[in-house]
Amino acid sequence: MTVDLTHDEILRYSRHLLIPEVGLDGQRKLKASSALVIGTGGLGSPVALYLAAAGVGRLGLVDFDVVDSTNLQRQVIHGTSTVGKLKVESAKARLNDLNPTIQVDTYNEPFTSENAMQIAADYDILIDGTDNFPTRYLSNDVCVFLGKPNVYGSIYRFDGQVSVFAAKDGPCYRCLFPEPPPPGLVPSCAEGGVLGVLPGTVGTIQATEALKVLLGIGSPLIGKLLLYNALDMSFDFVNLRKNPHCRVCGPNADIKELIDYNAFCGVPGRNHEEGSAGEGWDIEAQALAERLREPTPPLLLDVREPHELQISWLPNAINIPLGSLAARLSELDSAREMVVFCKGGTRSARALQLLVSAGFKKVKNLKGGINAWAQEVDPEMPVY
Amino acid sequence: MATLRIPTPLRVYTGGQTEIPVGGATVSDALQDLVARHPAIKPHLFKDSGELRPFVNLFKGDENINVLQGLQTPLTENDSLRIIPSIAGG
Repeated sequence: MTVDLTHDEILRYSRHLLIPEVGLDGQRKLKASSALVIGTGGLGSPVALYLAAAGVGRLGLVDFDVVDSTNLQRQVIHGTSTVGKLKVESAKARLNDLNPTIQVDTYNEPFTSENAMQIAADYDILIDGTDNFPTRYLSNDVCVFLGKPNVYGSIYRFDGQVSVFAAKDGPCYRCLFPEPPPPGLVPSCAEGGVLGVLPGTVGTIQATEALKVLLGIGSPLIGKLLLYNALDMSFDFVNLRKNPHCRVCGPNADIKELIDYNAFCGVPGRNHEEGSAGEGWDIEAQALAERLREPTPPLLLDVREPHELQISWLPNAINIPLGSLAARLSELDSAREMVVFCKGGTRSARALQLLVSAGFKKVKNLKGGINAWAQEVDPEMPVY
Repeated sequence: MATLRIPTPLRVYTGGQTEIPVGGATVSDALQDLVARHPAIKPHLFKDSGELRPFVNLFKGDENINVLQGLQTPLTENDSLRIIPSIAGG
């Protein structure tokens, strides 16, 4: 497809047009191209900002979260004025301001096996800026199945990794990491922390690689993994090769369609009915009542806000509101069985995801929350 | 001795050390030497059965040992080994 640049665009992109490797033809290519950015957090922020500024004609943003003030230390696409707003809307507003000539499509939903192929089919390239293993495996497999390059970036504290996976004849993410680590072995940024500028460096490199792939210039990181360490200021490269045993892109691949990535990574999923944490992760109120009569009952963790405890409470429950749970995990004994609850089971399901990601194995969600307890076990207790 | 570079997530098990000299003629020997010095790292690299965990990637120089001779890949004095961790932050 050939597209023309307007006079305004020629002026806007003049510093690109002066580079022989880009020029008018390259800038037209960018305008005709599209990129899907998975996640608008630490990595997605610089990726989306630079791709928009560079004039990639259509950007898709996938995120289901809302901006909170702890994001702003690194998620520079958002701002104080957008705290509490949907991340995709906050990001879109910033991108529209930066470059009103491009189109920004938003997907305010988690990227899942149900929607991923359909969303991704419409884009030339995917950029993986997610913050969890299930979505990373999902993004990879989508790219392999659709034959689209996956610009991978990942961070931890001071370390970053970048590669271009699933390019034609190149290795994929699973060639390097056939299996995820067990939940809890690798802390997330929410638990382990991250230097705020780190995703800036790594995401900017991802944006660079995406532009190179879209323009067809230079040597993208296909078959190479960049290992960046901010403390040492080291950039090391290792070779990656296609893994002949790869289950999605190898000659004997046995994974031919998207799978349940949460189950694959051993973590509870996000897609489940209201008040439930998903199959195998719930305990009913009646069952909990029986467990609490045993000699070694499970620990109760109440993730509601303190003022809700005035309405209803369970004896001996520890109260850590969901918002401060990540920072207070050390107060909990991961060896002990634990039941998490809130008002209706939704916040506690999120708490359970966090706990399992942090390595807690013996943890269940009180299905339907303390309101279910009030209805099924203790009629004296108010429902709210 | 070859040197083994420890990634950030595993440094808590090596007393914060980033590069550890390891003895031995093969990658397998070097890992045994590492585990002998820093036993706390063992469960993060090996299954209970003694096999290397599948998400642990070891590179000698810039090549994955899987495309060399695996754990039997020979090591010489100045070789550098590194563990490439699976990280997911974003």
